[in-house]
Formats: sequence, C-alpha cells, structure tokens
Amino acid sequence: MKRYQNLMLLIAALALVVLPLWMVKKSAPGPDGKQLQVFSGADDKAKNLIGTISPGYKPWFSPLLEPPGETGSLLFALQAALGAGFIGYWYGCSKTRAELNQTREKAARC
Amino acid sequence: MHIMEGFLPATHALGWSAASAPFVAYGLRTINKRITENPEQRMLLGVAAAFTFVLSALKLPSVTGSCSHPTGTGLGAILFGPTAMAPIGMVVLLFQALLLAHGGLTTLGANIFSMAIVGPFAAAAIFRIAKAALLPFGVSIFLAASCADFLTYITTSAQLAFAFPDPVGGFSVSFARFAGVFAITQLPLAIIEGLLTVVVMNALVRFNNRELQVMNVTDVPVVREAQL
Repeated sequence: MKRYQNLMLLIAALALVVLPLWMVKKSAPGPDGKQLQVFSGADDKAKNLIGTISPGYKPWFSPLLEPPGETGSLLFALQAALGAGFIGYWYGCSKTRAELNQTREKAARC
Repeated sequence: MHIMEGFLPATHALGWSAASAPFVAYGLRTINKRITENPEQRMLLGVAAAFTFVLSALKLPSVTGSCSHPTGTGLGAILFGPTAMAPIGMVVLLFQALLLAHGGLTTLGANIFSMAIVGPFAAAAIFRIAKAALLPFGVSIFLAASCADFLTYITTSAQLAFAFPDPVGGFSVSFARFAGVFAITQLPLAIIEGLLTVVVMNALVRFNNRELQVMNVTDVPVVREAQL
C-alpha cells in the first residue's frame, strides 16, 4: 500500500486533469457564429469581468514585453522545465546517495 | 491569480507593493540565515523553489471550462516557514511578468501578497494545526497545500473586488462575482496541488528525513511543535 501510494496519488492528479477535458462540452456557437473558446484562462475572465463592473476603467500600464502566443508557450515550457529539471537532479542525487550508503553498510558488515 | 498588468488602480498597486515589500525583505533575511546556519538545507530550498516554478507554469483545465494554475507555495512554506516563500514567489512572478506578459510589474505587489504571502502563511498555519490535531502526516500536508492554493485565489478575488466594487452592491457583490470566476475553477486544481505536494513530500521524507527532523517537519520520536 505504502509502496504504491505515490503512484496512486499521481494517477489521481492525472485523472483530475483529464476528466474536465472529457466532461466539458464545447458550448454552442454564439449569435455571431463564433465558437466560444473552451478552457480560456481564468485570469482573462477576471479581466473581462473588470470590464463589465467598471466599463470606464482603462489599464494604465502595459506589459513591457509581450511574447507572441507560441513563444509564450515556449517560455512557459521553459519555466516548467527549469523546475522539473532541478527536482529530477535532486531525486537522482538522493537516490544514488541512498544506494551508495546501503552498499557501504553492507560492505562494512561483511 | 495573476492580476494583469495595469489592471489595478495606481493607489492599489502602490498599497499592495508597500504591504508585500517588508515580507520579501524579511523573507530574504530568513533564507540567508537559514542557509548560513544549515548549508545542507540548500538543496531542499532549491526543491521548494523548483516546485513553485513547475506548478505555477502548469495551466490546467478545470471543470468550469476555464484554465488556471496551482501555485506550489505550500511545500516551501511547510519546509522553511511562510516568510521564506515571499522572495521565492517574487522571483517566479517577476519571471512571468517580464517574459510572459502574465501578471505585471504594477500588479506585482498584489500578486506577491496573494500567492507568496497569504498562501504560504495559510499553509504553515494549517500544517501546524493539523499536526497538533494529530492528523496523519500525509493528510496534514494535503490540507495545508490545497488550502494555501485555494486561499491564494480567494485573496485575488478580494483584491479585485476591493479595487472594483460593484456600483450597486459594493465589495461583497463584486467579491462574489470574482470568486465565481476563480473559486470553483480552482477547487480541483487545489486538490491536484495537494496530491502533488504529498508526492514530493513522501520523496523528501524518504531521502532527506534527517534534514526534515531538524526543520521540525517530521517528528523525531516525540511530537514537537514546529518553531517558526
């Protein structure tokens, strides 16, 4: 049980990601014939909500650098890769260290 | 939870920056002190920062049909205390504000406050309470991390409602509307964050239990209160 705990946790996390993709149906196209985008960002929705609550509000500062869509994905992937890379490095180091300690203990006992 | 660049009135932007600045400064001091006293904890600090990097880059689909991302700040807050996460969260948010046009410089203070201050403090507090209530270790970690994630988004909703109160109903109506955008979307993501934090914590316990005991995360043999 304990041995498979992490595996089960990862499967549960994965299921929570995949289920919405499968459950949420594309809504019918709006009156203008345009398909509403599914899975748009919640941050963008909040931005639109600001527009509804105070229509007069104008953002007074714009991003210094706005990467085009695909480049944005690249940078997001880079961010995730940096983090995942380090966690992988730590995991590899720790596993090797634990194994070395074990063999050393065994050798000392003989 | 990223409030977009320029989408907070100047006074709010300044106010939140002023509110976050002391936490970041104090957090830098705690990290510095920690690392000079216990250099062997550097690797764990790296893991905590890396975890935030990964999770805040993952825009996950949710049941509401919109996308959002976890924050990953709970793990570091449990390991190093809540203040240590303020500078780490700031690095992540700066990266996203400068390179990704996600969040922004004018809203940096507000975003730090929700993601890197409220979230971590909630995580650390809930972890201590759960530990004191003798809940199993994994359950405590799960609760701390997922509540931190969720409360971060509640904070963002409150910040937006505070800046843009409804012309008729005021703060509360506006808050309900912003929370409507963020909260339900975030529920499954908060659960995902909780699960992933337990996975990483399990690995930490397996490989770095000695450090965790020094850090008062896992118990030596007798239950001891975490000292923050």
